[in-house]
Amino acid sequence: MSVEPIILVIGDEELLVERAIGDVVASVRAGDPETEVIDLAPGGLEPGRLAELTSPSLFGGSKVLVLRSAQDLGKDLTAQVLAYAKAPADDVVLVAVHHGGAKGKALVDGLVKLGGRKIACPKVTKAGERIDFVRAEIRRAGGKISADGARSLLEAVGNDLRELAAACSQLVSDTGGKVDDAAIARYYQGRAEVSGFTVADKAIEGRLAEALEQLRWALATGTPPVLIVSALAQGVRGLAKVGGAPRGARGASLAKELGMPPWKIERVQRQLRGWTGDGVARALTAVAEADAQVKGGAADPAYALEKAVSEIIAARR
Amino acid sequence: MSVWDDLVGQGPVVAQLSAAAQMSGAGGRPAHAWLFTGPPGAGRVTAARAFAAALQCLETPRGCGHCASCHQVLQGTHADVEVVRPQGLSYGVKEARGLVLRASSAPTGSRWHIVLFEEADRATEGAANALLKSIEEPPARTIWLLCTPSPEDLLVTIRSRCRPAMLQTPPADAIADMLVLREGVDPETAAVAARAAQGHIDRARRLATDPQVRRTRDEVMGLPRRLTGVSPAVMAAETLVKAAEAEQKARTSELDEAETSALRKALGESEKGRMPRGTAGALKELEERQKSRAKRIMRDSLDRTLLDLASYYRDVLALQLGAGGELVNVDLAPELRTAAGAGRPEETLRRLDAIMKCRERIAANVHPQLAFEELNLALRTG
Repeated sequence: MSVEPIILVIGDEELLVERAIGDVVASVRAGDPETEVIDLAPGGLEPGRLAELTSPSLFGGSKVLVLRSAQDLGKDLTAQVLAYAKAPADDVVLVAVHHGGAKGKALVDGLVKLGGRKIACPKVTKAGERIDFVRAEIRRAGGKISADGARSLLEAVGNDLRELAAACSQLVSDTGGKVDDAAIARYYQGRAEVSGFTVADKAIEGRLAEALEQLRWALATGTPPVLIVSALAQGVRGLAKVGGAPRGARGASLAKELGMPPWKIERVQRQLRGWTGDGVARALTAVAEADAQVKGGAADPAYALEKAVSEIIAARR
Repeated sequence: MSVWDDLVGQGPVVAQLSAAAQMSGAGGRPAHAWLFTGPPGAGRVTAARAFAAALQCLETPRGCGHCASCHQVLQGTHADVEVVRPQGLSYGVKEARGLVLRASSAPTGSRWHIVLFEEADRATEGAANALLKSIEEPPARTIWLLCTPSPEDLLVTIRSRCRPAMLQTPPADAIADMLVLREGVDPETAAVAARAAQGHIDRARRLATDPQVRRTRDEVMGLPRRLTGVSPAVMAAETLVKAAEAEQKARTSELDEAETSALRKALGESEKGRMPRGTAGALKELEERQKSRAKRIMRDSLDRTLLDLASYYRDVLALQLGAGGELVNVDLAPELRTAAGAGRPEETLRRLDAIMKCRERIAANVHPQLAFEELNLALRTG
């Protein structure tokens, strides 16, 4: 058997962890297609269970034993795992999955010292790393993508690695390998992670169709209705505050007086075109109603939000 | 002196409770559950506590107010009087089950085991149902005293098993007399405070004696004058909510810190400030309780603001309709007359509706700033 008997998967990027485990299982299976995989959920290991699981089976055959959340094993179980690792059984591959923090570090250090192979799966946090990930995914699926293409795919799909991986393999199979901007625009339009603020900006600028579309995206991608309402409230409140400021007032002193950053004030000043004081009042009332409704006052928060957005736009001059 | 001294203007209830206490003294058994209702500040809890003291009193006639037992009950240290005071927004079923268990024990040294449940309306439906059995058939020597603003605040099944003790809104004159006699306030201030508090005794006392409370009220009463446009209305809402937040922080932060450090110590915090394994849950639970309490304090203070505002427009409406009767805000009479002359009663009614709607909004967990913005904008146009 070519696979090391002890393998450590360290990190908390779930997709990569799953892949690493999958790779190990695949390479063991390459040698013995009958391999049994025992996936121990966190807390599934009890004292003595390890010896039972690693003892040779009556019918022979190899085993892969996956220990999830190895950081939570506790002192005694860690000692047992280490004792086993000193003399690992033939035909058994132990995969310990550790989240990478300081907790349960003794296990990691011990296993590495005993010759365990480390597979690092750290969380992908930087935009550059994500672009690399996308390009690698496309390559893996047998396609090609430019760095710009990868960036626009990121904007359209969002930051979740699982979704990105799914999108990559789908794109490659849809386009036959050549993934360019046109293909991305065709399959993933406007579907980024929409925040409530996008919805609020569109609504305040009076663009009904776009605002409703963005609202639908935001709800579909899991933005909580309460956050959307609060973004709407902030937007309309900004109109009220900046609209009442004296004509000549500008810059830092105004920012301080209103409690808003200067760049935001400038933006609101542009948005103010088309608004009257009474209109702002009507819009704010609609938002308050929506807040009550998304907090349990209505059966359907999505409808309450759509109504609020259309009322905000109707309140414009 | 007697235990009933703290009740202001509650003659009939005092007579009822006192008679029950005398009967208990003569070897009788008073009703097993009592429901104290009345408007906020009328003294429900005071009445319940006085009744508990009278039941436990060692002298004849019962309710002397100076024997050891009376003293302990009034101080809240009597072994057989358990006072339940929900701190958070609600009183859950878990706590209620524990309470039922404690309530079923026999008194340690006195005649009755009394459970005084302040703000019983905070009990959730589940909690109320858990209490029901014990209130229905309490152990032989247990007496329940429940306090709620109105009987409708309790489950009908509980309500029907209680003897009602209904307090009335204490007359302003009685409150003013109390302020003069007890707190040494000059009669004029006392009269203004008593009227402004609208029958809320504690509020009257604080209005008459605490300049900070008076300032806050003046601030609130100045609100209608400041609603000159959309922008000022929105800014005023922000100021008001921020002030309420600051007040709540001031009241809770110190308390929270003391509680947290006491609990950490009790759970075995090490010298370096590390917590032993498995204690995070308990700390988290405390944090939740503190959050719930903070939220409640905030809500209560906003609600008081709204009621003060409502009294302003109530006076304006009374003047506009020429209804006669005394004003609530006597000190603002000139301004109220101007406001009454400037608008029509329909507008005032709409404003009052907006205030009541805002109360509902706050109770429904709408963001306070948003609710007050809506209110201020509605008050602006009428």
